[in-house]
Amino acid sequence: MKKHDFGYFFHEGLSNMFSHGFMSFAAVGITVACLLIMGTFTLVAVNADANLRELESENEIVAFVDESYSDAQARALQSRIEEIPNVASATFISKEEATEDFKDRYPDEPMFDDLDPEILRDRFAIHLDDLKLTGKTKEAVEQVDGIVKVNANEEVSNGFIALRNIATVVCVALIAILLIVSMFIISNTIKLTTFDRRDEIAIMRMVGATNGFIRWPFVYEGFLIGVFSAVIAFLLQWMLYGAVASGIDNSSTIQLVSVIPFSQMWIPVAAVFAGAGILIGIGGSLTAIRRFLQV
Amino acid sequence: MIRLTDVEMQYPNGVQAIRGISMTIEDGEFVFMVGPSGSGKSTIIKLLTAEVEPTAGRIMINGFSVNNIAERQIPYMRRTVGVIFQDFRLIEKKSVYENLAFAMRAVGSPSKTIKNRIGYVLELVGLENKARRLPSELSGGEQQRVAIARALVNNPNTIIADEPTGNLDPGRSLEIMTLLEKINELGTTMVVVTHEKDLVNRFSKRVVALENGKIVGDSTGFGYFGGAKSEKA
Ligand SMILES: Nc1ncnc2c1ncn2[C@@H]1O[C@H](COP(=O)(O)OP(=O)(O)OP(=O)(O)O)[C@@H](O)[C@H]1O
Ligand SMILES: [Mg+2]
Repeated sequence: MKKHDFGYFFHEGLSNMFSHGFMSFAAVGITVACLLIMGTFTLVAVNADANLRELESENEIVAFVDESYSDAQARALQSRIEEIPNVASATFISKEEATEDFKDRYPDEPMFDDLDPEILRDRFAIHLDDLKLTGKTKEAVEQVDGIVKVNANEEVSNGFIALRNIATVVCVALIAILLIVSMFIISNTIKLTTFDRRDEIAIMRMVGATNGFIRWPFVYEGFLIGVFSAVIAFLLQWMLYGAVASGIDNSSTIQLVSVIPFSQMWIPVAAVFAGAGILIGIGGSLTAIRRFLQV
Repeated sequence: MIRLTDVEMQYPNGVQAIRGISMTIEDGEFVFMVGPSGSGKSTIIKLLTAEVEPTAGRIMINGFSVNNIAERQIPYMRRTVGVIFQDFRLIEKKSVYENLAFAMRAVGSPSKTIKNRIGYVLELVGLENKARRLPSELSGGEQQRVAIARALVNNPNTIIADEPTGNLDPGRSLEIMTLLEKINELGTTMVVVTHEKDLVNRFSKRVVALENGKIVGDSTGFGYFGGAKSEKA
């Protein structure tokens, strides 16, 4: 063998695949299912993570200062708060600023127009490094003398954290199981072809074909099953994601969640599907032909 | 050249099929191998194609040392030896032409070479008009000619045939044997296993007789069986 006869191996692999239409169909089906489940959970995890990051950057916890503190005393607390681990920054907001803010937020409510600043307290807007530690950081901030109350949006961030964690765990477990199942099915499909072709293999070996030459068509068969699966899974994933995303966008109750549009993710999704599909396909074919090819 | 030196072969189940065989077959020779059933004829062929390994002794074939050959060298050794079996072993769903092309492609021959070579070989075996037939559309003798063409198609130095006429009537057998003689005269070393005495007696060739895994006779000339023997020096 001087060079790799791509056309020949490709053709042989393809005809192998169609010689067992049903088995190949089953192998493609299970691989598509594997990729879809993998893709769906990964996309959920990615979205949960993105929402979490958004919360992390936007959401702040608010620490209210004791009313008896003067403006200067209140501002002095800033360095104390910033010393607390996990606090990224603390921004002082005076009563007056808070009042303006409040009025701006409800411009249509004239009853707030002449709100007395003394009703509101001085406060710090605190950004955190890690939202997972919100609870602890909140407690630490509460310990600071002069801070009377801390508001944190714990429920929302905990929800996203849980979602992300569940999606990650389910994702890893399912991927592991499904990878093995699809590889097993592909491997059996290809074993069937090698069994069908045992006479041809014996003749190839007799006339002096190298192991590589004998193997390649089966590797291509696995590769093709993988590629077909990846393409189908990608299209299905696209449709599924689009449907779920528009469902969430149109729903008034899940306003809090923002969905990353598929157009921003299709390249990595396609790449991962293609990579995983090809890996499963070639892995399956290699396990199928490993044993039968002793000289 | 083929050289066996003190070769022994024991199958994994304990059967001692070859019990110390030494012999040399020069390039261009024609050798019949005869002997009763179970005497070890097919085992020698399996040794010569590296299908089994000797348990003792040394085997050299066309420059390859079969005992300590690297696994990846075995295909290249096999390309120097064409093999023919009693049961033809053609691919039933491929035409005559495709069967030959398959054997050539398996060793990486380019399409153009394949076309030219198959034309030549089919003419040599007298099947130039049956290239498009399936094996099932040919007589036994014709199928064996296809198998011979396939053994020849990669231009091996040696052809080894295990009972090539075992499935054929006497008329066809003689034709096949005559064809093998013709191929040998064109320069290919020929090793033919058979137990058809009449057939062997029709040719004046070297005859190696095996019995119970040993060589019990090695002579050249007509009438090995029963007739006058001329012991080979
Ligand atoms: N694969 C095998 N495993 C175990 N023993 C074997 C195997 N093949 C052959 N034998 C034994 O080795 C001995 C030689 O067998 P071999 O096939 O070489 O005989 P042969 O001379 O070709 O016989 P025949 O004329 O019947 O073809 C026999 O005793 C046979 O039973
Ligand atoms: Mg035999």
